[in-house]
Amino acid sequence: MAEKMITPEELAGGIDYKPKKKTWLDPTVEFKKGTWNYAAPPQNLEYLDLPNPRKWSPIDEDWKLPDNWKEIILEGLRVRIKRFRSLQLFMDICVRCGACADKCHFFIGSGDPKNMPVLRAELLRSVYRKDFTTAGKIMGKMVGARELTVDVLKEWFYYFYQCTECRRCSVFCPYGIDTAEITMIARELMNLVGINIEWICTPAANCFRTGNHLGIQPHGFADSIEFAVDELEELTGIKVDAPINKKGAEILFVAPSADYFASPHYYTLLGYLALFHEIGLDYTWSAYASEGGNFGLFHSHEMMKRLNAKIYAEAKRLGVKWILGGECGHMWRVIHQYMDTLNGPADFLEEPVSPITGTKFENAKNTKMVHIMEFTSDLIRNNKLKLDKSRNDHWHPTFHDSCNPSRGMGLIEEPRYVIRACCNQFTEMPENTIKEQTFCCGSGAGLGTDENMEMRFRGGLPRANATKFVHDCDGVNILLCICAIDKATLPPLLEYWVPGVEVGGIHEMLGNALIMKGEKERTTDLRGEPLAGVESEEEKTEEEVSEDA
Amino acid sequence: MSALFALLMIIILLLISIIGTEVLGLNYVFGVIIPYAAIALFLVGFVYRIIRWANSAVPFKITTTCGQQKSHPWIKHSSLEAPHSTWGVIGRMALEVLFFRSLFRNTKADLKEGPRLVYGPSKWLWAAGLVFHWSFLIILLRHFRFFAEPAPFFVSGLQSLDGFFQIGLPIFYITSVAIVAALAFLFVRRLNDPKLRYISLGSDYFALFLILSIAISGILMRHTGLRADIVDVKQLAMGLVSFHPNVPESIGVMFFIHLFFVSVLFGYFPFSKLMHMGGIFMSPTRNMANNNREKRHVNPWDYPVKTHTYEEWEDEFRDVMKAAGMPLEKEK
Ligand code: HEM
Ligand code: SF4
Ligand code: SF4
Repeated sequence: MAEKMITPEELAGGIDYKPKKKTWLDPTVEFKKGTWNYAAPPQNLEYLDLPNPRKWSPIDEDWKLPDNWKEIILEGLRVRIKRFRSLQLFMDICVRCGACADKCHFFIGSGDPKNMPVLRAELLRSVYRKDFTTAGKIMGKMVGARELTVDVLKEWFYYFYQCTECRRCSVFCPYGIDTAEITMIARELMNLVGINIEWICTPAANCFRTGNHLGIQPHGFADSIEFAVDELEELTGIKVDAPINKKGAEILFVAPSADYFASPHYYTLLGYLALFHEIGLDYTWSAYASEGGNFGLFHSHEMMKRLNAKIYAEAKRLGVKWILGGECGHMWRVIHQYMDTLNGPADFLEEPVSPITGTKFENAKNTKMVHIMEFTSDLIRNNKLKLDKSRNDHWHPTFHDSCNPSRGMGLIEEPRYVIRACCNQFTEMPENTIKEQTFCCGSGAGLGTDENMEMRFRGGLPRANATKFVHDCDGVNILLCICAIDKATLPPLLEYWVPGVEVGGIHEMLGNALIMKGEKERTTDLRGEPLAGVESEEEKTEEEVSEDA
Repeated sequence: MSALFALLMIIILLLISIIGTEVLGLNYVFGVIIPYAAIALFLVGFVYRIIRWANSAVPFKITTTCGQQKSHPWIKHSSLEAPHSTWGVIGRMALEVLFFRSLFRNTKADLKEGPRLVYGPSKWLWAAGLVFHWSFLIILLRHFRFFAEPAPFFVSGLQSLDGFFQIGLPIFYITSVAIVAALAFLFVRRLNDPKLRYISLGSDYFALFLILSIAISGILMRHTGLRADIVDVKQLAMGLVSFHPNVPESIGVMFFIHLFFVSVLFGYFPFSKLMHMGGIFMSPTRNMANNNREKRHVNPWDYPVKTHTYEEWEDEFRDVMKAAGMPLEKEK
């Protein structure tokens, strides 16, 4: 597919924020290559007991819908209006002031007017008006009401899978209208008639079955942790312990599965392992709950609950006191805003207390799960870690706030505190692109597929462009983030828009800087790249690492 | 097109009120029956809407955080942008309702050569919106001088503040000018910005035109030859509120036009986007505290779901786990 990829110049040159058509009421969409995702294969829907499993493709004329698809969706909408005040209210009160319009990275990168959050919402709202409001029934198109037709459904598919549920629009809306919420519910509705994408259903099915998105079986999981332990020994001379399914451990540690199977996540995993060893943490991994991420969030509230249930169940079975969670974005939206409501109360756990510093994590006392940035920043604040910042001198980082920790949690200063403690250099991107105003990687919410590459490059443009700014002006050469989807999707994005900037995790930086008792002299960082001031001796190490990861 | 449609609706409404009173002489209908009906519709509709909203559940606490959470005591918590307590939420809501806090963040994205994306500040919508709403509120409150004898205490204060510049006779109120200017700006903005024009519906223009028509008819009544007699107006207004309505003979057409537009606004209000007035208070992303991991939130319609239990999982993978020497609950 790479051969005909649109060039950055062509892409940027073609963006025009002026809508070309006169009205948005016409639903026809053209499924252009590179801008949509493959359909979910039937066996995965079957495995999860989901409706209408069949082979189909979004570019087929006939989507093989059940005969009564329209009733199913309208009934589903009726039920959800009762179940979600958010939906009911957001359908009713938008004044179309347009404040959200140019806040969405997909609009900024595509200029497609239906990617303005307000219009994305109108796609559903127009149907709501037609079937649920008097004015819509009588006045029709004049008040923006539309009949639900197959074309409208196809338009929904196209645009509700061009929203990464990042909630940036919600920050700017005077009523807090959250188009992510609307997208989530629209996707639920489409799921009722079997419209879904592969990169959500397949990871969900895998996660349901084996415990993680990648479908890695328990022994494979154990292998990869073992492998990382060996790798860390090679780099530091220290053999750390990484227990799995250990009953009676104090803490259960849950990370996104990509951390132990993908690169550059892998270096963050090495960082965790080094840290836990150094502070002597009594913890365990779990092979059953080996996934913190939750692609159910991108599917339906029900699927989110089904996948999330494993974490508390496993904490209970293992008899741990509390749970620590790794670097991940949407995982933390689920844990912070949903987990306790979905699968709590976790009254079998204890209120989290750091065994090293004695700090009580008051803010997590009910859910009993602590973010590793909260945990590590507390360690550093209490001087429990010896850090040699100069080991990161070959890196000049900037920090990408992931959407969910920033706008669904408010985890903003903790990661910055850790970065500053681990690195001598640190430069922020422009203020309209960070913290609560951060721009999405453009590939979240299940959209990070190869077939969707052009749309990802478009959606990622604002993030990449801000990175380019600090790369050009300040020499930033690594974009740090605390999200598994970011770590997977930002590298190709930056490769496209700003070659020369790497992507890494914060615990990778910590692992580099952490002085471990009895370690051998370090000449390379966790990637096997020579430290600043150390002669670059062997190209070999570098190659080995990237291959293995 | 949508704007023309809305304009047409306004003209029809105008003609209805003129023909109804001047030609058909239905003064009682326009002075008493329609205002009563409109108020009734407003009250019933408003309450119905709120109840309908309140009846729909809030299953999850989905605060949009726009600042630092409360975690460590040594990290400054942003209590108004990511409120942790009820007081924080009240503060956040007050900023939203009184000062349109979120709208104040507004930026404008531009794509320059390079490509280089820049985000400039864009406060015009915020300013015009604020001017319009505050003027509307003050004007509404000023009208209480018609409905009570003596006029309520706040009216004279508002009037003298509002008439601060002492221009014209009768004195021109600042808010009269401000509301027309702000509404005109909001309208021009919709037409001028291609994105805005694209998303605007007939009903969006209609709301602006309707309020503008009210404002203009009111100003004409106060400051031109089409003046309505204050004594007459007060007589009608007092009659309406005391449920002894009578329509003084000498009341002019301009007054009926004004009153009819107001009636339409009241009647239309609960069935339109103008309900954002009630809705803003109920928005779950703004009116909930970001204390999710500290205080449990219960989903009223929660139901059990099918999960993959540990036992089922171990049964499926026991052999490979055994071979890898992993701990097991059951050996077989
Ligand atoms: C609690 C009370 C209210 C609050 C907090 C509020 C807030 C807002 C905000 C933030 C906007 C978006 C920005 C703007 O266009 O100005 C807006 C728009 C609007 N509001 Fe209100 N509002 C309230 C009550 C009302 C009332 C009572 C009316 C009319 C009778 C009204 C009429 C409008 C109209 C027509 C618009 C759209 C303006 C446009 O087309 O650009 N609002 N409101
Ligand atoms: S900012 Fe909010 S009210 Fe304004 S158009 Fe967007 S969703 Fe509607
Ligand atoms: S949630 Fe994010 S991706 Fe979705 S419409 Fe809003 S800004 Fe765009």
